[in-house]
Amino acid sequence: MTSESPLAIELVDVWKRFPGVVANAGATLSVKKGTIHAVLGENGAGKSTLMNILSGVYRPDEGQVRINGEQHWFHSPSDALASGIGMVHQEFRLVPSFTVAENIVLGASEKIIRRSLIEKEVEQIAQQFGLVIDPTRPVWQLSMGERQRVEILKTLWRKAQILILDEPTAVLTPAEADELGNVLRKIAEDGRTVVFISHKLHEVTAFCDEATVLRGGKTVASTLKVEEVNESDLAGLMVGSSPMISERPPYQEPGEAMLTIEGLGTLDDRFLPAVKNLNLTIKSGEIVGIAGVSGNGQREMAQAIAGLRPITSGKVTISGKDLTNAPPSERFTAGLGYVPEDRLGVGLAPRLTVTENAILRCYKSLRKSIFLVSEQAVNYCKEIIDRFGVRTGPIDEPIAGLSGGNLQRLLVGRELSGNPKVVLAAQPTRGLDVQGVKAIQDLLIDERAEGVAVLLISEDLDELLTLSDRLLVMHEGEIVKEFDPANAHRHEIGAAMAGKRDES
Amino acid sequence: MNEASMIGMLSTTISFGALLYLACIGELISEKAGVLNLGVEGMMALGAVTGFLVALNTENPWLALLVAMIVTAAFASIHGIFTVVLGAEQVVSGLSLTFLGLGLSAFFGKSAVGNPPGAILSNVDWGPLSDIPWVGPILFQQSPMVYFAFLVGLLTSFLLTRTSIGLALRGAGESASTVDTAGHSVVKIRLAAVATGGALAGASGAYLTLSITTSWQDGAAAGRGWIAVALVIFGAWKPGRAAIGALLFGGLLALKTRLQTFGVDFSPILLSMIPYLLTIGVLIIISIRARHRPSASPAEIGKVYRREER
Repeated sequence: MTSESPLAIELVDVWKRFPGVVANAGATLSVKKGTIHAVLGENGAGKSTLMNILSGVYRPDEGQVRINGEQHWFHSPSDALASGIGMVHQEFRLVPSFTVAENIVLGASEKIIRRSLIEKEVEQIAQQFGLVIDPTRPVWQLSMGERQRVEILKTLWRKAQILILDEPTAVLTPAEADELGNVLRKIAEDGRTVVFISHKLHEVTAFCDEATVLRGGKTVASTLKVEEVNESDLAGLMVGSSPMISERPPYQEPGEAMLTIEGLGTLDDRFLPAVKNLNLTIKSGEIVGIAGVSGNGQREMAQAIAGLRPITSGKVTISGKDLTNAPPSERFTAGLGYVPEDRLGVGLAPRLTVTENAILRCYKSLRKSIFLVSEQAVNYCKEIIDRFGVRTGPIDEPIAGLSGGNLQRLLVGRELSGNPKVVLAAQPTRGLDVQGVKAIQDLLIDERAEGVAVLLISEDLDELLTLSDRLLVMHEGEIVKEFDPANAHRHEIGAAMAGKRDES
Repeated sequence: MNEASMIGMLSTTISFGALLYLACIGELISEKAGVLNLGVEGMMALGAVTGFLVALNTENPWLALLVAMIVTAAFASIHGIFTVVLGAEQVVSGLSLTFLGLGLSAFFGKSAVGNPPGAILSNVDWGPLSDIPWVGPILFQQSPMVYFAFLVGLLTSFLLTRTSIGLALRGAGESASTVDTAGHSVVKIRLAAVATGGALAGASGAYLTLSITTSWQDGAAAGRGWIAVALVIFGAWKPGRAAIGALLFGGLLALKTRLQTFGVDFSPILLSMIPYLLTIGVLIIISIRARHRPSASPAEIGKVYRREER
């Protein structure tokens, strides 16, 4: 498409605030008609919020939404759909027990459903864009890729001129992803406009015409011509640099190996390999950082080490003890502290009280009578609160009301109070405010000084560069390169994140 | 057993079947939209007493039926507001409705106990059809409510499968968020479904006092509301299958009062357990089948839907 194409979408200076979070802080987006436009950014960069504003799910606090040059205020997704904007959400909005055709017609204005007519229409659209599907099949029988086709058909059947796809390839196999690329191209050639949200760089360069990069709720690069940029540039733009609060800890000689991972392999939620033959040793008094674009196996690796995901090959040992097949509780007693990515849900139970959450790891050893919450338990909880500066209300009330920073302090405190030898911290500072970030980073630095081995997985490159003694870059389930954080160049790290391997 | 008692039994099977079927279709509509309403027994009792009292005072059976349906629809809406709008536990709220309905009906019906009916719904006159041997007395000497019940079943079946309202209603019980994104109001659909379910349970109750017993006494519903709830499961949430189940369970109810006349030595108490045993059997089959495919029961039944907010 030429640069003279009219603009299909213009988002101008969009702000959206949620309690405690600014999701969009002056984001802009311009998309030309008939193009495939990528919106890139890390988790929490504000991509989804911006797309939810475009598709009428949220209303912006400030800013303008212009479609084909005309200003719009959408009150609901059906409003947006009436203006020709269809969204394919990451979690499909389909009724499993309905057929494909029934799902497509759900929400249409027809009073009486003429099944055969709709099935014919759907078939026709499907053929035009290469979306092979049988409209009479119930959705529960379909694969994830096929369900996605139903979602796309849903928007096309309602004559959407603008299609927004929120991380569409996250649920697809590589072959299905390529196929999706072809379908999107046909849709764009039909004169429609496609917005493609992703953080997978190779897909952006393979499928898209132009790209906009978001970071921290702002647009940091808009309307880049994809053919004029490379993946390293994009990776660099995505991670960017944020103000760093904690200072680099002084050098110390690492001690003996505490966590040893040999040839680790594990599968993702779709039972495809997520981590392949991963080797890693972390010594006492050392922080090892893992960088990488999210979705490259970091989450699965952390879960496999923590015992939450079956290990398909390899070995995990903590200070000489083989824990490959041990349950999570045994790993905790062996000296593994785990700060999971999902603070509420995996790390903490929202409806349990502060005390109950504090003793989750050791309620068996604290229990002196038939009652779960004893005086010992209360004291134990108070110790954590004092030592880690958790600000809470009454400790016999559910934790759901605590702020993100205090939840994380409680969680980290609980994991550290078992005097671990190894701390596995996955995105420990994500979504925290400045003070929260500093507090958690300082805790990790303190643990390092006390000779604990720390494995830090983060999407914040500055955090990794400051805290890590060694920085490893993960790509597609493998460690592709190791850096010395003191002498690492940001663009080299970006290139490694895009999959450029260590040549040596 | 002679021919006359056999015909009598089959005729009663149809009328009891229709009674159960009406309440069952009401509950089915409510459950399809995702709201379990265990208040059927109470709604039926309330409908029964309301119908009887209105007939007593106005001598108009049709008005009595209409008022009974409106009162129970409003009564069911208490459950609707508690569970759909306020997000209360459906089982608890439904059970409360049963006890409230039984209590209210006993209270308001006290003066009417022992009264002769003010008016009854007399059988439909099908002319020569009703003179056909066997078929005539069984199918064509019935209360208008029998035909109404099976008409409601047919309409419901059409509504659920062939109309967009029906699709949205089923969707509300299967995946409320999907229906919400598609632009329907889950709250409105569910409230309407619960009220409709109440109206039909009320119609079933009114049918009982205006056509079958033609009198009011405390406890007139006699557990038939519960059988209607079981019937929804027995019919695997399908109006057609539920019709077969209604006739089967109706037959068991008809048999219960005739066991002695037939000279069969079988406890009527055991007999009245059979609908529940059959339902448990069906539930087991449904559960086993659900291992390989979505369960026949609406996926989000009993779940409160709140639009997710960040």
